[in-house]
This record gives sequence, C-alpha cells and structure tokens, in this order.
Amino acid sequence: MGKEHTGHEPLIRMSKRGEMLPAWKAWGIRVIAFFLSLVVSGIVIVAISKLNPAAVFATMADGAVGTSKRMWVTIRDAMTLLCIAVGLAPAFKMRFWNIGAEGQILVGAIASAACMIYFKNLPTPVLLLVMIVSSLVAGGIWGFFPGLFKARWNTNETLFTLMMNYIAIQLTSYFVALWENPFGSNSVGVINSQTKAGWLPNLLSEGYNKDFGWNVVIVLAVTLIMYLYMNHSKHGYEIAVIGDSENTARYAGIRVNQAYVRTIVFSGAVCGLAGFVAVSGASHTISTSTAGGRGFTAIIVAWLAQFNSVVMIIFSFLLVFLQKGAQAIASTYNLSQEVSEMITGIILFFLLGSEFFVNYTVRFNKGKGAKN
Amino acid sequence: MKKYLALFLALVMALALVACNGGGGGTTEPATPATPATPATPATPATPETPATPATPATPEASKLKVGVVLVGDENEGYTFAHIDGIRKAAAAVGLSDSDIVWFYNIGETEDCYDKCIECVEQGCTLVITNSYGHQTYCQQAADENPDIQFVAMTGDTALKSGLPNFHNAFNMTFESRYVSGIVAGMKLKEMMDAGLVTDPYIGYVGAYPYAEVVSGYTGFFLGIKSIVPEAHMDVQYTNSWFDIQAEGKAAEALMARGCCIIGQHADSTGAPKAVQTAKDNGKAVYSVGYNIDMLAAAPTAALTSSTNDWSVYYTEAFQTMLDGGTLPTDWSKGYDAGAVAITPLGPEVAAGTAEAVKAAEDAIKAGTLHVFDTSTFTVGGAPVTSAFTFDSDGDWTNDTNEGIVDGYYHESEYISAPSFSLRIDGITELN
Repeated sequence: MGKEHTGHEPLIRMSKRGEMLPAWKAWGIRVIAFFLSLVVSGIVIVAISKLNPAAVFATMADGAVGTSKRMWVTIRDAMTLLCIAVGLAPAFKMRFWNIGAEGQILVGAIASAACMIYFKNLPTPVLLLVMIVSSLVAGGIWGFFPGLFKARWNTNETLFTLMMNYIAIQLTSYFVALWENPFGSNSVGVINSQTKAGWLPNLLSEGYNKDFGWNVVIVLAVTLIMYLYMNHSKHGYEIAVIGDSENTARYAGIRVNQAYVRTIVFSGAVCGLAGFVAVSGASHTISTSTAGGRGFTAIIVAWLAQFNSVVMIIFSFLLVFLQKGAQAIASTYNLSQEVSEMITGIILFFLLGSEFFVNYTVRFNKGKGAKN
Repeated sequence: MKKYLALFLALVMALALVACNGGGGGTTEPATPATPATPATPATPATPETPATPATPATPEASKLKVGVVLVGDENEGYTFAHIDGIRKAAAAVGLSDSDIVWFYNIGETEDCYDKCIECVEQGCTLVITNSYGHQTYCQQAADENPDIQFVAMTGDTALKSGLPNFHNAFNMTFESRYVSGIVAGMKLKEMMDAGLVTDPYIGYVGAYPYAEVVSGYTGFFLGIKSIVPEAHMDVQYTNSWFDIQAEGKAAEALMARGCCIIGQHADSTGAPKAVQTAKDNGKAVYSVGYNIDMLAAAPTAALTSSTNDWSVYYTEAFQTMLDGGTLPTDWSKGYDAGAVAITPLGPEVAAGTAEAVKAAEDAIKAGTLHVFDTSTFTVGGAPVTSAFTFDSDGDWTNDTNEGIVDGYYHESEYISAPSFSLRIDGITELN
C-alpha cells in the first residue's frame, strides 16, 4: 500500500497476519519472549543490586516451590486465580468486557463467610455445599444486572461491571464492620478458628492448611466443565459466534440477548465460586482485600490463554510463581517489594508483547524503495 | 544501513535508560531495612548504653535462635519504628546478627499475616513475632499448626484463652506512663487556672478505637491529671483508626472548639499535636500530650510530653530466654520498674515543679506505693467500685471472670498482659 505513496518506505512495516500461525510457531514465539524477558530482568537485577542473576532466579524458584509448604501455597493461589480466569473466559470470548470479577469474587466471599458465621453448626459436607451454592448464586446475581442492562438497554458493560465492583467493596466493608472480631479491630479475623467449621479440609492428610487438594479438585473440575461447555456445547458455539460478530449471530437465529444474560450470569457465578475457594479454602476470613486485584490479574491469564480454560492452568501457575518468587527475592536480598514487582512487570510485558508478534508480521525493508 | 545503526543505537539507549532508571531507583529508595539507619525522630528515649549498630558477628550460641518479624508498618510509622528499634537493640544486646532476623514489612491485618508467619517458619525461624493487635488471630492460627515454634502476638490478648503453650502475648504497662504524662498535663492545667487563663478544667482526648486498650490508657491519663486538679473533666473523641493524620487533627480541633485546653491522644500520628500548635500560635491557651514519639518536632511549644514504650526490654528478655532454652511467659507485662515505659523529654512550657512531680510519681510507681487504678480516686455512676473483672472467658469481648479489684486497686495487666480496664469512670465522656 505504501508503494503507491510518494515519499519513502517506512523502515519497518507491520501487517496483520493473513492466517493464524501454526500452534508450534505461536508457542515458539511465546517461549522465546519468556526467555528474553528473563535476560532483560537479569540485566535489570545486575544494574540495581549487583547480585548474580542466576542466584536471584534460583531464589525465585526456591521462594515459589522450594518446600512442600511453599509449593502448596503456590498451588492454592494459582487455583484461585485459575478459577477466576475460567469464570471470565465465556464473557470475554463473547466480547462482553467483564471487568467486574473483583466484585463477583467479593460477593461470593461474603456469601461464603456469612454461611460460615451463621450456619456453623451444620455438618461439614452440608455446610460446604451450602457455601458453594450461595457463593455461586451471589456471583451470578452480581453478573445478572450488567447482563440484563446490556441486553435490554445496551448499556456499556465495562462501566457497569466496574461500578458493581465498588458496590461490592462497600458491601464488604459493611459486613466486616458487622462481623468484626474483636470489637473495634475493624477486621473479621480467622472465622471459626477453633471448630474449623466451613473450612475446606485437607485432601491428602489429616487436619487443615497442610495441603490444598480440595481447592485443586474443585477448580480443575470447574475448568474441565468450562472447557467442555465452551468447546462442545451449543451454548459455547453461540458464544463464539457472538464474539466474532453479533450480527452474524442474529442472522443465524441465535437469541443474542438471552445469550448475554445467560453467559454473564454463568461467568459471575464461577467468579463467585472463586470467592468461596478464597475464603473457605485459603484465607478463612473476609476483608476488602479478599479479591486483592486478582479479578484483574485473571483477565491477563484469560487473554494470554486465548480463553482456552486448559491453557489457563499454565498461565495462572506462571503468574503466581512470578509473584511468590518476586516476594522471595525481596525478603532474601532485602530489596524493596517494588524491585520484585519490576521483574514481574518485565516478564508480563514480554509475554503480552509476544502476542503482537503472533498476530502481526514485521518486515524490515530491504534496500531503499524511495529512489524516485 | 545508517538507519539500522540509528535504530540499534536508539534501542541501546532505551535499554540503558531503563537500566539507569532502575539503578537510580535502587539507590534512592530507602528500602534496605537491614542497615541500621536512624530516622530523625527516635521513638524511644535513647538509652545511652545500647549501641546503635548491631553487635559483632554472631556468637556460636546466637545461631541457636532465628527470629521472624511480621510488622504492620515500616520505619516511617512511629509505632512500628518503636518495635523495629526495640528488636534491633535486643538483637545487639544478645548478640544476634542481621542474618538471624527475617523481616516482613507493611503486612496488613489479613490472611497475608498468616502466610508470612508460615514463611518465617519455612525460613527456619524458631521465634515469630507479630506487632499489631489485628495480627493475633492469624498468628494464633500459625501457632496452632506449628507447635514446635514459638509465636508472640505483641499487644494481643488471647494467648491465655487459646491454651496453646507456644503462643504468647506481651504488652508494656503503658497506663503507668500515661498516668505520669497526666501529671505533666495536670501541673500545666493548675498553672493556667492559677493564672486565670482557664476557668474550666476541661481536657480533650483523641482516641483510636473504643475498647479496653484505649479506655485503660485514657483513664490512666485522666487519673494522673485528677491527682493534681481533682475537679478536672475530660471528653474523648474516637477516630476509629490507629493512624490518620487528618482525622486526628480534626478531632483535636473539635475538642478545642468545645473548650478543651489540653489534648491527650492514643493514636499514632502527629495530627493532634500539629492542630494544637496551630491553635496555640493563633493565641489560644492550649497544650498537647502525645504518644509513642517526642512531639516537640511537630509542636515545638504546645507539646508538653509524650508517653512512650521501650519494647527492647521485652525483646531482650524474650531473645535471652530462647537462647537459654527457657520457656516464654504466656503473658508478659512490665512497666516503670523494668524501664519498659517512659515519658519523653518535657516541653519548654511545662509548669514549674513538673520535673519534681514526675520524679515523685515515677518513684512511687516503681516502689509499688502508687497504683494507677486506685479505687479511692475514682467512681463509676457516683459510687466507688468494689468489683471488676479482668478476663473474657467466653469470647464475647466483655470481661466476665477473674476479679481485678483486690487490695483497693485494679490489677491492670497482671492476669493477662493486654490492658483490660474497661470501666467508664465518672468525669470522662465519650463523644462518639
């Protein structure tokens, strides 16, 4: 196209790839990007701290998976992140920008915590089941309103779900004040620390907090269901079509508005379940930091994995690994938390940047075209 | 070809820029907590015999102990700084080296605290300390799961009730230094009344949260004032935050607007003293009594004194006990007699004779002849108090067992270390 113009050719030309790259090439680009990011963060580490980058990366690995306890904590956090990302996938695939995972997690967490506090005398399996159902319902409700408004009045779902986050945060503050323990501490503390009612027990051993096997079972089950739903069900196909073109979907006779509401309720419900996993399976408390920005981090996971639930497993582990490793660096070398966040930032920058090279070709102009 | 070169150079420069920025950030950031840099305001009156730098390399004996510290703030916040300072002094005193202490800063009162306690254990710590009241529930959970590791929730109050042999609480007898700072305030109040500057002996108090620790503190302060000016009365305004410069300043202004001439505080910022200094500069006869740190920098003429804690007393004892293979007490509380509490240097405008009155009170407290919560000095609902409990056995946050009033005074911080005095005595009004 540039050739028709007078003046000279740009040095670099970028154009969208005509067809998708074969999978091995796309993944090759991502792996190369990951290693390049390690090289660049290595250079930054040396520049800042004069430390041996190999030792720093070893510390990262040790901090994330060095002991069985650390390994389980990494798995636990990766599972929570995965659950949120899996929940976001259908909405995003449909081009429904659900920025509201943060709020959906919180209301799911509130519902779980409420069950732990008010129904603590129920037998454990029943209580856990009640908690799961109520967190699904709460998250679903939080998704229902933006979905309904989008379908009925074509409101902007990005703003709507974002606003719902603030409502959820305020609601959480209210319940924290209501349930605060001890009085005046402005914190709920560990719920049922004596009886452990409503805590997800260990799967592989006795007691609590030694392994997080049930978190893995629950989240992987949800992941699998989502994979099947998205790839092997009529609803999943509708979602894909709507995501590609709403008009095409309408033309094909898909009831788009119904699909919007249904999908976002489903998406919100799974994010609400992540709230249950976070409360019952990890923190055993609730605060406004229960979601802790994971509702946004999960968007990165979902995008990186191209909304493929199974691939998300890899990326949630990678992100949590980076986060835990970065904390280990900070505490081992007495660096501030910001330095470790820089490293995470560099790696994410490269990974997200690699998508550009997956989707676009870059050509350097050989010779000068501008002789005329 | 030139263009490629230009592009290459641009890339190199961009990279160099990134690296330089990073490097610059690394050096300007005061984020290397291991260096014993001393901030401008020491939180505790410096004790001359403690060196500021950590002691020489660890003795073989010292390697028996590795301490994990989980802190709610960092050096920039007075309360946490006082703990950091205390731990450093204690480490120097018993010969622990830098590598024997694992620090975690800015850990909120959330499950993050539990994770960090566990991380301390993973790093080989045998003693784990958390410094905020809201940390204790997570600290206790970690203690429950790691029976071989000792855990201390500073300022907490559930160790005894938990029944865990490896979970401990410690709290200085801060009410003693609050009583003494009340004497400083009372002397000033009396002077102002004698000079005709003030007719109504009306005190204001900026409190953090409406529970026993704060109630015990302001009651001690008030009784100190009352020992000099018996007709004094006091209003308490809560901010519902431990550290909120704006809210504390506003509360102080509101109290001064009601006619209070001395503002005490149990909150960690310089908000109240600054507000008092501003009012004083505008011609009002008002003074401030601070907490934690010397407030003279924030309020050069309005500050009378502050009550402070020296946490190194407890930390030294605890570290030494661990090194000797002993058992930490479930509850630890000491005051003036051990040097664990004090008041900061007196301000320039304290009343004549204040230093002598302070000395007399301090000596009497040390000797055990003066008890802060002497039941002959206060009434509740117009009647003297003969019975008050010290311990909450059922977790409803009301004390219901263990008689606290014996021999004519309330035995504060003796049964459990955390303050438990929560009677609302006559003469004090809570405004919110």
